[in-house]
Amino acid sequence: MEKKAHVISILVHNKPDVLARIAGTLGGKGYNIDSLCVNTTTQNDISKIVMTTAGSQATVTRIENQLQRLVDVISVDDLTNVESIYREMVLVRLNLTTQNSETVKKAIDMNKWKVIVSGDKYVIVEITGDKTQIDFSLARLEPLGITDITRTGLIALKLED
Amino acid sequence: MKLKGTQILLEVLKEENADIIFGYPGGTVLDIYDQLYKSDLKHILVRHEQGAVHAADGYARATGKVGVCLVTSGPGATNTVTGIATANMDSIPLVVFTGQVPTSLIGNDAFQECDITGITRPCTKHNFLVRNIEELASTIKEAFHIARSGRPGPVLVDLPKDVMATQTDYDPANIKFRNYEVAHKPAPKKMANVFDMLQAAKKPLIMTGGGVILGKASEELTHLSRKYQIPVTGTLMGLGSFPGSDGLWLGMLGMHGTYYANMAISHCDFLLAVGVRFDDRVTGTIETFAANAKIVHIDIDPSSINKNVTVDLPIIGDTKATLKDLLRFLEEHHYAQDAVSRKTWLDEIDEWREKVPLTYCQNDEIIKPQYVIETLHKLTKGDALITTEVGQNQMWTAQFFQFDRPNSFISSGGLGTMGFGLPAAIGVKCAFPDKHVVDIAGDGSIQMNIQELATAAQYNIAVKIVLLNNGYLGMVRQWQELFYEKRYSHTDMTYAPDFVKLAEAFGIIGLRATKPSEVETVLKQGLSVHKPVLMDFRVSREECVYPMVRPGESISQMTLGSREIIN
Repeated sequence: MEKKAHVISILVHNKPDVLARIAGTLGGKGYNIDSLCVNTTTQNDISKIVMTTAGSQATVTRIENQLQRLVDVISVDDLTNVESIYREMVLVRLNLTTQNSETVKKAIDMNKWKVIVSGDKYVIVEITGDKTQIDFSLARLEPLGITDITRTGLIALKLED
Repeated sequence: MKLKGTQILLEVLKEENADIIFGYPGGTVLDIYDQLYKSDLKHILVRHEQGAVHAADGYARATGKVGVCLVTSGPGATNTVTGIATANMDSIPLVVFTGQVPTSLIGNDAFQECDITGITRPCTKHNFLVRNIEELASTIKEAFHIARSGRPGPVLVDLPKDVMATQTDYDPANIKFRNYEVAHKPAPKKMANVFDMLQAAKKPLIMTGGGVILGKASEELTHLSRKYQIPVTGTLMGLGSFPGSDGLWLGMLGMHGTYYANMAISHCDFLLAVGVRFDDRVTGTIETFAANAKIVHIDIDPSSINKNVTVDLPIIGDTKATLKDLLRFLEEHHYAQDAVSRKTWLDEIDEWREKVPLTYCQNDEIIKPQYVIETLHKLTKGDALITTEVGQNQMWTAQFFQFDRPNSFISSGGLGTMGFGLPAAIGVKCAFPDKHVVDIAGDGSIQMNIQELATAAQYNIAVKIVLLNNGYLGMVRQWQELFYEKRYSHTDMTYAPDFVKLAEAFGIIGLRATKPSEVETVLKQGLSVHKPVLMDFRVSREECVYPMVRPGESISQMTLGSREIIN
């Protein structure tokens, strides 16, 4: 069966062990989590977990069912088959030297990257977008001399309920 | 009302109708045990924490109630893991209380500290670490609720010592916890589908499993089968959910299923599977399992659906409520089976039954294990609660003891835990002191929790142990005989204690039979006394369990021992 990436949105009770339970359930059954994002919703006691995993439709259904069995899980939603928007964020630090600072500044202006902090020796930019946009930007940043990056997991939201 | 944590625990237990605790004290639960000392709640002191969990498990399986155990932190807690995993695989409702070091020490590698909620996360239905006294009462309530609702299972509650020593206001009327009960949703469209499938079927078959017993749906299932003359086979966990003495009963299916049950599965054109999960020991190769049949699968747990066997019509729901819906639908829509085709199907099954019945050859010299079980059935008239260990003893019991009632066959199915039978029997006997409670054991598994003989002796819990002693780890030896050219690598258990003397040393009665002529006398004697008895039956050493489906083969391909008939 065809394997593809599935984005699963999970509403959970915000309990101390809940992430361990979810990770354990998937890991214990041999499924891999490719990307993960967790935070509370508008209610502090309810969190949303957005997770990317790869597999056939049958495998992903099995994952959904296994998650659904967990007492702290409220709902499980596979967003892959419904219209949704996807976002990731990446923070990138570039070192500034006398040789490259002009090139870097030009590139930042040209690409309209958002500068969060800039100093004499470094600049940190923030890029938000879907996976393709981020990959595209990273490819352009690479030659400028990236010294560190942090990339979030994918978050997603359905267009309609 | 201000109460201490330890008092709250006992109060909530009372409210949850827990009438017995199986446990073992230790450092972090001293305060709880001190409270128990002042309470009239019954506590059975086991000799190993694994025994406590199996005993609570046996109690739960026999009564349908939630079993309760109490152990200390660290090794006390880790010793429960096999018991918890056993209950988890078979969906048995338990609440296991473990002591924990004081909250200020958690994470410090304190004496007898271990992360038991972390360890048991994959083998419990849910678990809790109670971090403060305010959440104690609601957590215990919630634990019981989770254990028994939906697909039942074991819940562990970890109780730090300081939390239990703290006081708080306790108001039983004001304990709030989440409700997980899923209301039953009738599915008339699906019932109509079943109706159509049943109408089109010429060879219908019902497969019953542990979910029918857990869901208390035996009556409905039996009614469905008898009313519409649909034969029934069952999984190991389903034994007793349909009367074993009924002519429509085909016995267990699967690796050691009857020839006729496996043939019926392979030839049926409609299979109604209720409360089963299609374990690999049941299905043989998946591709050939019920290959000619439209399969309807009723189960409460969506994760059981299409996990192993892909079915034509899944119905997610409580087994009892769903079978009731189905019975009502069939009645309202005047379903009537085609008498001619049904008779042809039942005749076909009877031919298989006559061709290869469940049998064995008993001579005058050596006791056959099957004979011991049949004689036990005869003497008790089947009116007994039977636990087993795991291996040949378990399979022969499943084959040769006819179970007519649900909750009467108590065995570790999914995990296959050796050492389960004796402590489980102790738990069962505590629930039903006036019933015959018999552990059918092997000489390998009985030694895994033999220390519980002391528990039986201390409280005079009159369990009977029928030890089928062949001096081997019999089932492993059978595989070595059949698949490893008789290289009996480390399965010879000839070096064993004298079980009669051992029984006596524990303060219980020990009996022995070495000849077939002694079997009935020993059983009669053992069953007649109101004391724990161990009966050591020296049985045929290399007897095998047949039929047998070799691993990786279709269940229609059975090895039948001396009567080799391969289809």
